[in-house]
Amino acid sequence: MIHCFKFDDKNIVLDVYSGSIHMVDDVAFDIISMYEDTPRDEIKTLILEKYGDRDDVNEDEIEECFGDIEELKEQGKLFAPDKYEKIAIDLTKKNYTLKALCLHVAHTCNLNCSYCFAAQGNFHGERGLMSFETGKRAIDFLIENSGYHKNLDIDFFGGEPLMNWEVVKQLVKYGRSIEKEAGKNIRFTLTTNGIGITDDVIDFCNEEMHNVVLSLDGRKETNDRFRVDLKGNGSYDTIVPKFQKFVSRRGNKSYYMRGTFTHFNTDFVEDILHMADLGFKELSMEPVVASPDSPSALTQEDLPVILAGYERLAREMMKRNKEGNGFTFYHYMLDLDCGPCIYKRISGCGAGTEYLAVTPWGDLYPCHQFVGDDKFKMGNIYDGIKNTDLRNEFAQVNCYSREGCKECWAKLFCSGGCAANSYHAQGSISGIYEYGCELFRRRIECALAVKLDNLE
Amino acid sequence: MTRIVTVNTRDLSKSVKEGGCGECQTSCQSACKTSCGVANQACEKVEKK
Repeated sequence: MIHCFKFDDKNIVLDVYSGSIHMVDDVAFDIISMYEDTPRDEIKTLILEKYGDRDDVNEDEIEECFGDIEELKEQGKLFAPDKYEKIAIDLTKKNYTLKALCLHVAHTCNLNCSYCFAAQGNFHGERGLMSFETGKRAIDFLIENSGYHKNLDIDFFGGEPLMNWEVVKQLVKYGRSIEKEAGKNIRFTLTTNGIGITDDVIDFCNEEMHNVVLSLDGRKETNDRFRVDLKGNGSYDTIVPKFQKFVSRRGNKSYYMRGTFTHFNTDFVEDILHMADLGFKELSMEPVVASPDSPSALTQEDLPVILAGYERLAREMMKRNKEGNGFTFYHYMLDLDCGPCIYKRISGCGAGTEYLAVTPWGDLYPCHQFVGDDKFKMGNIYDGIKNTDLRNEFAQVNCYSREGCKECWAKLFCSGGCAANSYHAQGSISGIYEYGCELFRRRIECALAVKLDNLE
Repeated sequence: MTRIVTVNTRDLSKSVKEGGCGECQTSCQSACKTSCGVANQACEKVEKK
């Protein structure tokens, strides 16, 4: 399978199953696009009709192009066959071991963002903080069940994790005290709304946290539309200086400024650029997760506006890169030569198998987005996973098992998409969220265009 | 090749043999938290050239 697309002056051909990417001229673009379903003589006629007035297009040139295509095909770089179905089936039978936990150290929050998928921090349940003892047991549970994995990931999440900061620090110290003996390398990360950032938080996180995710929605009017405190006051003026201080002292360690966009700011590119102009260079901006009847939910009418926004963002990134003022956008980061192997590309995020979320009371869920929905409670950190049927259900879903992914050229970039998005859209974790797929495909096209522009 | 420039990419079919160590980051952990994309993740096994 191939995917041919144009982005401004770039003609790009992606060979889906080899992962090869080719930049081609107009003639090769048309020939490759027609190659599999149009007779060769017909292609020649059509090309000569379209480009016959050009000096570099004649029968010999077209034959040479056919020869190049055949050479790439022989090398397995074009029209490569799909040889991964058996791997996909084997992965559904794999005996998965745990690799990552999302520790919900605080089911409470000091902001009151109405669009929050965590229902303002309590995940539709009671408010509460994780005790050190519970967190310690969760880390032990992770190590006990991590099998051969050396690198383990622990994200401190909420609600707002800084509302339980002393426990976060104690848990990091505990993890560090046992990881070597256990033969593990724990990568701690933290996601915060910024309100509780202090010098102590900055120093500790910059020493210990592999990554931090800092929530900011962009421009003041955008951010303060939803990200308000309990009295309804916007958070922008409080958090921006704290984030700037945090990032300025972070050195080479990674971070993301992460925003959410909604129906109310489909011009979200302005928010991304605003964050870049504030001096932040590692940016992420996510479509809101909301029920369709929510006023903030994205609509069908928003879709073309958002898709055009992604293109505008790509062009602006290319321009700023050339000016030496570039920034990264999470969804446009592609590691082409050292990126994920085919196993990762098929199996995806590991929710419910290698990745679990832990509530403040030690209950286990397939991922943070399912927390609070009793149907998805898998067990707890004391007794282990009890709902093995649910774990098996998560193990079964990948980009080969999902019917909606079969003909999609982007499936090895998204692994079949997010189980929670599918569940919310279709009532099943084995479906797809088509709206999200449309956004994803355009983002990958833009990502490839930006990447290739940087290589030129 | 005059009309086709092939970019250096990881050969996915070769990664059948050399991949699968399972050490890379879980996908949306500590990044987007609301979608699933794996293409931006660095492999823990392949060394940068």
